[in-house]
Amino acid sequence: MTQNTRVFGTSQNSRKPLTWGDIIALSLVIALLYVGARLAVNAPEVVPGPDISLSPSALPIYTLFSVGRMAAAYLLSFLFSIIYGRVAAYHQNAEKILMPLLDVLQSVPILSFLPVVLLSLSSFLPEGTAAEIASIVLIFTSQAWNITFAWYQSLTTIPKELKEASSIFRLNKWINFKALELPFGMISLIWNSMMSWAGGWFFLMAAEIFTVGSRDFRLPGLGAYLQEAANQSNHVAIFLGTGVLIFTVVLLDQLIWRPLIAWSDRFKVEMVENDNPPTSWFLDLMHNANITRIISNRIFAPLTEWFDRLTIKHAPPVSRLENGKNQLKWYVIVFSIIVFALISYGLYHATEMLLSVPVQKWGVIGLGVTATFLRVIVALLIALAWTIPVGVLIGTNRPLATVLQPIVQVTASVPATALFPVLLLLFLNAQGGLNTAAVLLMLMGTQWYLLFNVIAGASAIPQDLIFTSKLMGLSGWQRWRTLLLPAIFPYLVTGAITASGGAWNASIVAEYQKFGEKTHTVTGIGSLIAQATASGDYPLLLAGTLAMIITVVVVNRVIWRRLYRLAEEKYRME
Amino acid sequence: MTEALLQLEHVFQSYGAGVRRFTAVENVNLNLSVGEFVALLGPSGCGKSTLLRIIAGLQKATQGKVLYRGQQLEGVNPHTSIIFQTFALFPWLTVLENVSLALKAKGVEKHERDKKAEDLLDRVGLDGFESAYPRELSGGMRQKVGFARAMAVEPELLCMDEPFSALDVLSAESLRGELLELWTEGKIPTKAILMVSHNIEEAVFLADRIVVMDKEPGRIIAEHKIDLPHPRNRKSVEFQNHVDQVYAVLAGQTRPEKEELGTAPGEVGITRHLPEVEISDLAGLLENLAEGGNQKHDIYLLEDKLGITSDQLLKLTEAAELLGFSSIAKGDIELTALGQAFADASILARKEIFASCVRRIPLMRWLLSMLHSAEDRRLKIEVILTALSLDFSTEEAEKQIEVLIKWGRYGELFVYDDDQEMIELEEGR
Repeated sequence: MTQNTRVFGTSQNSRKPLTWGDIIALSLVIALLYVGARLAVNAPEVVPGPDISLSPSALPIYTLFSVGRMAAAYLLSFLFSIIYGRVAAYHQNAEKILMPLLDVLQSVPILSFLPVVLLSLSSFLPEGTAAEIASIVLIFTSQAWNITFAWYQSLTTIPKELKEASSIFRLNKWINFKALELPFGMISLIWNSMMSWAGGWFFLMAAEIFTVGSRDFRLPGLGAYLQEAANQSNHVAIFLGTGVLIFTVVLLDQLIWRPLIAWSDRFKVEMVENDNPPTSWFLDLMHNANITRIISNRIFAPLTEWFDRLTIKHAPPVSRLENGKNQLKWYVIVFSIIVFALISYGLYHATEMLLSVPVQKWGVIGLGVTATFLRVIVALLIALAWTIPVGVLIGTNRPLATVLQPIVQVTASVPATALFPVLLLLFLNAQGGLNTAAVLLMLMGTQWYLLFNVIAGASAIPQDLIFTSKLMGLSGWQRWRTLLLPAIFPYLVTGAITASGGAWNASIVAEYQKFGEKTHTVTGIGSLIAQATASGDYPLLLAGTLAMIITVVVVNRVIWRRLYRLAEEKYRME
Repeated sequence: MTEALLQLEHVFQSYGAGVRRFTAVENVNLNLSVGEFVALLGPSGCGKSTLLRIIAGLQKATQGKVLYRGQQLEGVNPHTSIIFQTFALFPWLTVLENVSLALKAKGVEKHERDKKAEDLLDRVGLDGFESAYPRELSGGMRQKVGFARAMAVEPELLCMDEPFSALDVLSAESLRGELLELWTEGKIPTKAILMVSHNIEEAVFLADRIVVMDKEPGRIIAEHKIDLPHPRNRKSVEFQNHVDQVYAVLAGQTRPEKEELGTAPGEVGITRHLPEVEISDLAGLLENLAEGGNQKHDIYLLEDKLGITSDQLLKLTEAAELLGFSSIAKGDIELTALGQAFADASILARKEIFASCVRRIPLMRWLLSMLHSAEDRRLKIEVILTALSLDFSTEEAEKQIEVLIKWGRYGELFVYDDDQEMIELEEGR
């Protein structure tokens, strides 16, 4: 089980492009967006924004702010995932709505929510607080879905006999969670958390530098620091900011994620020893330290023992019986009716608002979606063009891989949005500058997913097949066509799905930029949303956001899901 | 008079609803007394594991009563524990933690439960392995942990779900001996043992009583008492007689052709399931039977000769019978002229013989006639699946299609395109 096979999963194996669950899920998103757009009417005309200091002494506190936002959002995501996943896994009725909802949310370009969330929150909260909460909500929405999905999947794949053992030995809910559910899901929870965390940086940086018209929603943090530095063409500050950012990302990786991954190796279910278990110097260090041993033996162990016994005393084991019918409780029905009424109300008004959008504006929206779509395709093609050969080269060449992997990992860990202001500084004065910069931003945000997946795919090609193809004298294009491309195809699709999602997200920041005192735009749905935000055209904002969401969901269903299924059925090497 | 421990009265278990309702267990009546070791034996899919789960309270029967010491059972039976086929150990817990977890759930204090767990591990011969993780142990040792864990809660009724079938032959044999020693010498507080098995020899070796089940629908067809004293000698005539008798019950009799083959889907009568066997295995069986001229063979002796389990063997004999290659009576199997011809034929001639035999089977005949009347003489798998699911559960229908495809391809009746999931009739068929 590599991380790649777990990154993207479609919960619904239905072959229909749209199901009832999808429609309800989309309706809920539309209703929520409507409420946001409605609230946005009262948003303040001018948001002054914070002063960003470029002094190096401000960097530590900015770093703390940024990491704090990430941590808050991650914690929220984790709690949400655990609860949502459990409800979906254990209640069949809830599952029918919750999983399609998750699927839609997973494929929606999250950054397109940012303007609506920011405006609606600032209509009733102080600007600073609104921007803080919006950034956390945004990061949360970027982190939660895949963790939830992984957790749900692991809950539903716990082997039947382990569950039966848990019942027959009468474990109560808490002990069952602690001894069975959590350990079973641990590896995929940690891998997905790590992925989410890395993705979170991208959105944090985007949120920290968000400015439209006379509303400055920036937040004091590393992203804003870098943007201010680029705005003022302060090369020293750009250099320092980038350095601190990379340092922070790498440090957190070394002190938190690597140790967690190494530690979680004990939770693997396979009954064979791993030849090559993941290691972490920090974990070894902590493991051998006396202080950690004392804390764990003297404080942690008695405390958990006390708590476990408390739950055993007060929460008797549930004797789950299979074939027990899920009976609808009255409060569930009441709750569903209320939600349904609210959705209908939201849908009704959203339709009203959408109808007020003049016809020619819809034409503009169509044009914008097309333009952005083209940019996404170009970025994806460029990414494919270089990552396939390079990835295969690294993946099939072990010595090269050991040298290049760490370099690629560090480079990839820099959130593309953080460097966007720097890109602008370089390209803005050239012909078609923003267009180039926009495609480049999409490229920077997406190429790594592809590269990692291609490397993983290429290194998973069995040696036997490589030898056979050599024996048969395959070379050049023949070798690519019969061996390499089919072998990496599933990985390529997985990578491309994530990559195209990232590219759509990037369009929100990439197509509309206030640089210095000047605002630069290119045609595209991202810039349309930003312009609507700036000019206070809320019906257009709603229409634009919806158009983007629906386009992405449809593209996902029609193109990616089919390719994914093809890859799963025909090219999976298992 | 023996003391009754468990009673099943008219127990039914079915899944699904309406037309697509499938009975897994039909009208089972079973008593278990204190001091008994009972084995539930039958082919796969006969519902014996389901029955075990109903008895342990993991599953609620659709109909009927489960009485434990005269009381109707509600939820998980607190006086039972289970030894699982796949051990069901928590891989992230050490051997000691695995055993002690069962005690922790009962509210036993840490010090005491560690002591007790260590004691139990000693008794099954695992001292020194307390801090090992299950993945570091061999299969046999893992199952010993499973034993120790099941014993830890001191069950009155010990349920075992094919406890030895995931082990290699030697480990299984030694573990059986150790279990018998604990049981017959009264070293464990267990009052009765219920074991699910598909291995006839194992059941005769261990149990006092064998309850034989059959499938479609799952039901009890016979009970067989074994009054040999322990330890039992597998080579003794009495032992072999018991094995032979059980085989005779399980392998059944070859009935008149019409009854034997069943009917096609949609027709009145029962549609016979095709046993899932590989053609190459079937050929192996027939060649083996043909060796040394035509004669009767004891089915139970073939198990050792072919080196396969009784479950596999019964599927093969069923297939041979269904195709008309052999006939079965009183636990003996005999090749028919057709079977003899198949065994002697060349590769291509075998295909011809097979094709003519397999076309007689109503299920295949039905499929071929559907293909004949279809446009372009081809059909999507989905279509066939839908048609079949009137007679079979979805899972079973998928299995049946797989067998049909395998057999049809071998007999060159049709071709199957995996990409398009399409079956197409061969030219001229």
